[in-house]
Amino acid sequence: MLALIPLLPLIGFLINGSWYALGQARGGKAVPATAAGGIATATIGASFVCALMLFLQLLGSEEEARTLEVTLFHWISAGALQIPFTLRFDQLSSLFCLVITGVGSLIHIFSIGYMGHDESPQKFFAYLNLFCAFMLVLVLGGSLPVLFLGWEGVGLCSYLLISYWYTDPDKASAGKKAFIVNRIGDLGFLLGMFLIFTTFGSLDFTALKQLVLTMPVSGGIMTTICLLLFVGCTGKSAQIPLFVWLPDAMAGPTPVSALIHAATMVTSGIYLVSRLSFMFALSPDALCVVATIGAATALFAATIAIAQNDIKKVLAYSTVSQLGYMFLACGVGAYASGVFHVITHAFFKALLFMGAGSVIHGMHEEQDIQKMGGLRRLMPQTFLVFAVGWLAIAGIPPLSGFVSKDEILWMAFASEHGSVALWVVGALTAALTAFYMSRLFILTFLGTPRFKVAEPQDKGHHDHGHGHDHGHGDAAHHGVAVHESPAVMVLPLAVLAVLSAVAGAIGIPHMSWLEHWLHPVLAHAPALRPEVHHETEWVLMGVSVGIAIVGIALAFVIYGNLKTAERFKTQWASLAKILSNKWYVDEFYDALIVKPLNALATILWKFFDVKVIDRIVLSLGDASNQSGALARSLQNGSTQLYAFLMLAGFLSIVGYSLYGIFH
Amino acid sequence: MASSTSCLLSWLVFLPLLWALVGLCIPTNTASGLKLSKLSALIGSLVTFAVSICVYQQFDPASAQAQLAENHAWIPSLGVGYRLGIDGISLWLVLLTTFLTPIVILSSWESVEKKVKAYYALILALETAMLGTFLAMDAFLFYTFWEAMLIPMYFLVGIWGGKERIYAAMKLFLYTMAGSLLMLVAIFYLAYQYKLQTGLGYSMYLPDLYMVKIPSGGYLAPQSLLFLAFTIAFAIKVPLFPLHTWLPDAHVQAPTAGSVILAGVLLKMGGYGLIRFVLPLFPDAVRLYQTPMLVLGTVAITYGALIAWVQTDVKKLVAYSSVSHMGYVVLGIFALNPTGMTGAVYQMLCHGISTSGLFLLVGMIYDRRHTREMSDFGGISKVMPLFAIAFMIILLSSAALPGTNGFIGEFMILLGLWQTSQVLAAFAALGVILGAVYLLFMFQKVMLGPVTGDENKRLKDLSLREVAVLVPLLIAVFWMGFNPGFWFKKMQTSIDASLVPYSQSAVASSNAEKVGTPWNP
Repeated sequence: MLALIPLLPLIGFLINGSWYALGQARGGKAVPATAAGGIATATIGASFVCALMLFLQLLGSEEEARTLEVTLFHWISAGALQIPFTLRFDQLSSLFCLVITGVGSLIHIFSIGYMGHDESPQKFFAYLNLFCAFMLVLVLGGSLPVLFLGWEGVGLCSYLLISYWYTDPDKASAGKKAFIVNRIGDLGFLLGMFLIFTTFGSLDFTALKQLVLTMPVSGGIMTTICLLLFVGCTGKSAQIPLFVWLPDAMAGPTPVSALIHAATMVTSGIYLVSRLSFMFALSPDALCVVATIGAATALFAATIAIAQNDIKKVLAYSTVSQLGYMFLACGVGAYASGVFHVITHAFFKALLFMGAGSVIHGMHEEQDIQKMGGLRRLMPQTFLVFAVGWLAIAGIPPLSGFVSKDEILWMAFASEHGSVALWVVGALTAALTAFYMSRLFILTFLGTPRFKVAEPQDKGHHDHGHGHDHGHGDAAHHGVAVHESPAVMVLPLAVLAVLSAVAGAIGIPHMSWLEHWLHPVLAHAPALRPEVHHETEWVLMGVSVGIAIVGIALAFVIYGNLKTAERFKTQWASLAKILSNKWYVDEFYDALIVKPLNALATILWKFFDVKVIDRIVLSLGDASNQSGALARSLQNGSTQLYAFLMLAGFLSIVGYSLYGIFH
Repeated sequence: MASSTSCLLSWLVFLPLLWALVGLCIPTNTASGLKLSKLSALIGSLVTFAVSICVYQQFDPASAQAQLAENHAWIPSLGVGYRLGIDGISLWLVLLTTFLTPIVILSSWESVEKKVKAYYALILALETAMLGTFLAMDAFLFYTFWEAMLIPMYFLVGIWGGKERIYAAMKLFLYTMAGSLLMLVAIFYLAYQYKLQTGLGYSMYLPDLYMVKIPSGGYLAPQSLLFLAFTIAFAIKVPLFPLHTWLPDAHVQAPTAGSVILAGVLLKMGGYGLIRFVLPLFPDAVRLYQTPMLVLGTVAITYGALIAWVQTDVKKLVAYSSVSHMGYVVLGIFALNPTGMTGAVYQMLCHGISTSGLFLLVGMIYDRRHTREMSDFGGISKVMPLFAIAFMIILLSSAALPGTNGFIGEFMILLGLWQTSQVLAAFAALGVILGAVYLLFMFQKVMLGPVTGDENKRLKDLSLREVAVLVPLLIAVFWMGFNPGFWFKKMQTSIDASLVPYSQSAVASSNAEKVGTPWNP
């Protein structure tokens, strides 16, 4: 049954994929989204059922017996390098499996509605299924190479789905960027794997866990291993310096953003660090880097999110920021808190993304929150569920986001690897998060519509215009016939809203089921700093609630009246410009890396390869031509010359002989 | 090694040539005659493939000896014999050759219109020369087949090539020839040394030559000079930076089939030669030149990839990508450990599949549009969805995505190299990024974006014949990606045997590394 978890979505991919290749790709008619999506949802749903059953089985068994393992086949086998294709289902991977298949199923259902008017739904659902299969391989893989197969596979699917609407060059470029930036991270991952293999002689997680205990390795090597792997994490989980691909990835269909770029794939880095926590725990230096990068990314991305006007871009930067929190948790040794935030974030961020999708769908592809407003009345159900997500991420108790985020902030403060500085950055980020999410919420749902609302009779006309590049033109001329999304889209949102509200229950401080559950697979929770008192925890919790309320209140003060917002914006014009241009990081990379490298490549080609190397080769050819010409000039038919040469030759022979005789 | 009574290998080698001669007798002045001659070539290549499968089945993976050996005197006074044999390395290169030839023939079905009969005869003749090169166990015989390959290749490029075909054919011919002449001199020297050292007379038999002791020590010692003579000949073929400039010209001008054979099989001769000749003959020189060779391989990877990135001609891009990919092969070989060597042999097979695939795909759109400029294309995915699927899969194989064949080769080579030099491995692994860069740029320019131009809008998707050409390659991509053990198990013994002269030092250096700092090579 374990093998079925990734195999089922793979089968779904094969069905939809081959159906597409044999049907639509050969000029046949498109299969309706309900059929394609039905198959895809059925397979991922069945996979969820399998995961759930195995999870219950783990729950029921003894703590030592909570690992299921299956080896499907022998993948690589050459000398010392033995890599069986092993799947391992334990406490950590079971949670990820449940999130992937559970949230995944909901997103599949949502997509049936969202992609209802797409040109080739089969292709979309095939990709979506393939993604889930790879993601499951990633979390189930029993060794680093198998994990890496999933790791690269989800990267591929991310590429395919970001540039799903590839006829738009920008969307195609966004996919390419995501793939290439991820590959930079993968380089670190690969080298980290090599170093692990040459150091320990194995790449299997279980074996490594034993070997790390028995084989003393210098701290330098351990730190190098951890940092190399962490480079991979900064790529996949969009951390500084490799976060730049994730905001662009919003070019993909919104369900993709929800599934891949919020709930699952981008948390792979946290999974990897947690999986290898027994290594990271041995390297305080590496942990320090992880925590610093995490905290810095959290704050940095939050500042950008304030100034974005595209509803999905705000959420994208928010995701980068939240991922930063998770790494902050891992970096202070609180792996369980990191995983906890992965889970709650999967719920509320998928909810927010799909809520945004519902808004975009209802607004006929409008994504600019400045052109929205007042959707509370026009899309009441979406409004309601979105509100839950908003409060959860803003950190209002007792919603899940509050519980998990507060846990991270506490550990950042109290852990032996933590510090006051890390806590301050985390708390500041929390305030910004509450602020920008409230801004998003106010501009989208509250106030009055800032677009022309179309008469209801237009509705029929607009309803089939959901293709991705329709809508804008229509909106300008006739107004927008906003409509609430169909049940197939709203119901998954409702489920996620409930989960976002209550999921905090699994990780209540001091009686955390989650921490207890994960205890055997993660490195031990860190000791607290000696100067930290337990009462501080309650004080900090109060502070963090206060922060959230202040952030929300500030947003209402500023954005409750748009004139105030405008005034603010002009007052801080230069800062607003920098923030809305995302600190010019893309421009910086372009000028510093991409352009010079491209120029170098052109020079290498046009000058060095053609004018230097090939020129040398050709001149060797010319040299032989010229020496031929030189030799030919000796044979010019002049008898006098021949006679002269003969004489000269004869004389030299004679001379040489005489010389020999006299000596 | 006693010569066996079987003459299976001779059949394998000469069957294509015989078939080509018979095919030449088919009258092709009618349409049906024309079709018959194509069909005959295809059947001939398929029969050859079947024979190679028989060889595969008779091959015993437990033995490192040359198997199915044949040994007949040819020029006894010079010690030259007609000697064939197969081991676990040549086995797979032979199968690669016999596997690709029918694909190549089928791919030319409609695109070759002039001198059809001669064209297919030359391809079959070329197959004989290629198989002979892989199977020769005699240095002189090897050299004969090695040079014989050039003749059909010269005509394939020179007659059926593009606008600059004559220049390209000439360059290909002279460049390769210049390198191999050095090798010929070195072969004679070895045969002479054998006579001097044993007093038995000349010999060109490889196992005899392996026993010749050649003075070493220093970069210009006799062993080093011989090493250079052989290595330059093979490096040209690989082609290893900076001896690669014949390749872009040859590839761009060659007809699709020529490019496929060139990239798919001929380049592998370089890697094969290094393993068959250079490693066993000159162990001291190899150790001496190990670092320079590794540096050149590393440079080739990044250099080829960077240049590929800025190409505007699709075929040239694929040609430079070969420079990059074959750099890995050199690294794997000169890592001088089993992991790297296995990776190198595997990478040769993978490159044979993926780059052949790329050239075939490029050929297919060239047949439709008669242009290779990327800017002439755009949005092809929309009009050719099946083509897009095939292109994507081959591209992923070329970019070494795990699950495809390319990953196994690169992974093992880099891992092997890591054990030899961590710094160089880190640099070589840049190819992982750069490979994705140029391939995705190409894919975007050709396949994505809005469909540009009326000509592109009218493009027809893959025909059934083209699907038949590509499907075997696509299957190979995943089969080799998920079940490399199938290939490894027949090559392992031979690879270990080829590394025997290096095993001691390999062990020593890997031990040294464990106590040393991780960043020192």
